[in-house]
Amino acid sequence: MSETIWLIPLIPLLSSVTLMLFGSRLKISQIGILGVASVGIAALLTLLLAVEFMQNQQVIQLSLWTWMEVAGFAPGISFYFDGLTLVMMSVITGVGFLIHLFSTEFMEKDPSYARYFAYLNMFVAAMLVLVMADNLLLLYLGWEGVGVCSYLLVGFWYQHNANGHAARKAFIVTRIGDTAMALGLLLLFTQLGTLDIQAMVGEANQTWQVGATIPTIACLLLVCGAVGKSAQLPLHTWLPDAMAGPTPVSALIHAATMVTAGVYLIARTHGLFLLAPTAMTVVAVIGITTSLMAAFTALMQTDIKRILAYSTISQIGYMFLALGVGAWSAGIFHLMTHAFFKALLFLGSGAIIHCLHHEHNIFKMGGLRTRMPVTFWSFMIGSAALAALPMTSGFFSKDQILLQAYQLPDIGPGLWMAGLLGALLTAIYSFRLVFVVFFGKANTEPDKDTGWRMAVPLSVLCLLAMIGGWFMIPVSEVFPVSDGTHPAHWVEYVSISVPIVGVLIAYLIFYSGRLKVEGLASSTLGKRLGQFWLSGWGIDWLYDRLFVKPYYGLANSLKSEPIDAIYGLIVAVNQTFNHWLSVAQSGRIRWYLASMVAGLILVITLAANLSVGAL
Amino acid sequence: MDGLNIPLNHILLVSSLLFAIGMLGLMIRRNIIFILMSLEVMLNAAALAFVAAGAHWGQPDGQVVFMLILTVAAAEVAVGLGLVLQVQKRFKTLDMDHANRMQG
Repeated sequence: MSETIWLIPLIPLLSSVTLMLFGSRLKISQIGILGVASVGIAALLTLLLAVEFMQNQQVIQLSLWTWMEVAGFAPGISFYFDGLTLVMMSVITGVGFLIHLFSTEFMEKDPSYARYFAYLNMFVAAMLVLVMADNLLLLYLGWEGVGVCSYLLVGFWYQHNANGHAARKAFIVTRIGDTAMALGLLLLFTQLGTLDIQAMVGEANQTWQVGATIPTIACLLLVCGAVGKSAQLPLHTWLPDAMAGPTPVSALIHAATMVTAGVYLIARTHGLFLLAPTAMTVVAVIGITTSLMAAFTALMQTDIKRILAYSTISQIGYMFLALGVGAWSAGIFHLMTHAFFKALLFLGSGAIIHCLHHEHNIFKMGGLRTRMPVTFWSFMIGSAALAALPMTSGFFSKDQILLQAYQLPDIGPGLWMAGLLGALLTAIYSFRLVFVVFFGKANTEPDKDTGWRMAVPLSVLCLLAMIGGWFMIPVSEVFPVSDGTHPAHWVEYVSISVPIVGVLIAYLIFYSGRLKVEGLASSTLGKRLGQFWLSGWGIDWLYDRLFVKPYYGLANSLKSEPIDAIYGLIVAVNQTFNHWLSVAQSGRIRWYLASMVAGLILVITLAANLSVGAL
Repeated sequence: MDGLNIPLNHILLVSSLLFAIGMLGLMIRRNIIFILMSLEVMLNAAALAFVAAGAHWGQPDGQVVFMLILTVAAAEVAVGLGLVLQVQKRFKTLDMDHANRMQG
């Protein structure tokens, strides 16, 4: 098995290429089978690999061939497989397979069925390369590959201008982070002479002191890349707009896998980050700030997918917090459980949108509890896990993060309190969604219920979202172990009770209506604040003024090519003289002669005058 | 040197008059035959000036140049009249303004 791990990314890639080349000649059923089966086989192989890994705990290093060799720089197409890789691969292929299955029904009526599966398979292949890469350059290849697939899938329905705009925004904003990351790679290579992750970390530990400048700069540059990909402040603005893509895409790329690539990157290079405590603090602060900002924004959204998008940003914020406080395995654990419950929520919302004539506004839904039971239970379980109610998967992972954050000296309790506020908000907005959409009176009648290809993935993900918290992720070999001390019991009790309070508040406001908030919401301050949160803290507006508008202005003024005007002037002067001279060359002999005589007279007169003057 | 002694200035005056007449003819005539004739007048004006100058200073060069001008004029007329024939044949006119084909 260990010699054939290269098959796992290859199979989806081959399927993708086949669909691209021959997609138009295949039948719908064939396309579906090819698209789903390729990821299914990859998932199966991953499962076999996982069974083997559980038995012998063997780290696999497989070098296929040397990619290029330039002046001592020889990155290989080589894979590295350990517990962390296994967790990521399981999430990508497992959740990916379920989402592919879901897509066969969701996209059934779409004319570009083959194109959809080609992109989706290519995404899975690129993401697998990202997590399996042995060196940072191959990782970067996968990193850019998923970026391209994300761009293609966000703009999948390119017939609408807005979708193309959203796709470009996603691509350009993440590219800002990627550029910084590329600089980070260059810095690491010039300083350490290699990009092989294991060798690089070993080398770094020998050459650099903890807290030195260069590792801090390198880590901050890597963080920039992670921030762009994982939609954290200040590069998070692309994710809510990326919801323009098909909903299963949002589930796979913009919730479960691609957006967590930043978390993976930091976890994979944690050996470097341990040398740069400043960078880790930055990660933690970015994480908690993003988490709170996005949670407040999610409270006010009315589009079901935007609520989920902001909650994704908020949850990835928690993962960053975990990484920043050194709770590596808790961060990866939350990554996994989040992939389960957020994919579940997104697929659930996809089912609602599919059955409700593409309705996105939650206030036009309502009363779906009895009419879409599978979806209702998916949402109940998904929201419970998102809100981290006890015994769900999200509870275990978020609890770990908060407790480990609390133990950090100095800023620990502050981070913990902010995290608790975020947890409270998470509970409120996720159950606001549930109460508004599934209870109350019906506003739109669903025209169908979900078929089995939607119901099966939802059920499996329900199960995973419930029991995912009991999984033991095999990363104890990868990360340094924490000291294992526990904070006081009251800290734990508070952490557990806060989400329950949040659900209660949501219940009182949005279901029973006992808690009246209309007065608060319609006051001037409330209105302003609501509007502020609805617009995502005005960050889009700010960026529009700060970057987009000036850029457009500059582009517009450059459209007339002001620099070229200088050269244009030279041309114009020459042309004018040419015109004059060509008019003179008329072919009229008498005219030539007259001008010659005139010239002669002029010359003689001048000469005479000059000679007189000289005398 | 005996014989008629005309001051050089007078001859040069006649020469310049002839030259001016030729040039004027060149400028105002449209017919190519007249243009060629005016050209001949101008050449002869120049030749007269050479001869006069040569006589005045007692040098043979003036007459040598006169012979040269005479030869050149003869050659020029031969070519010129050939061209005139072609012009007449092609354009059915001797008016140079009408024979002009340049776009200018």
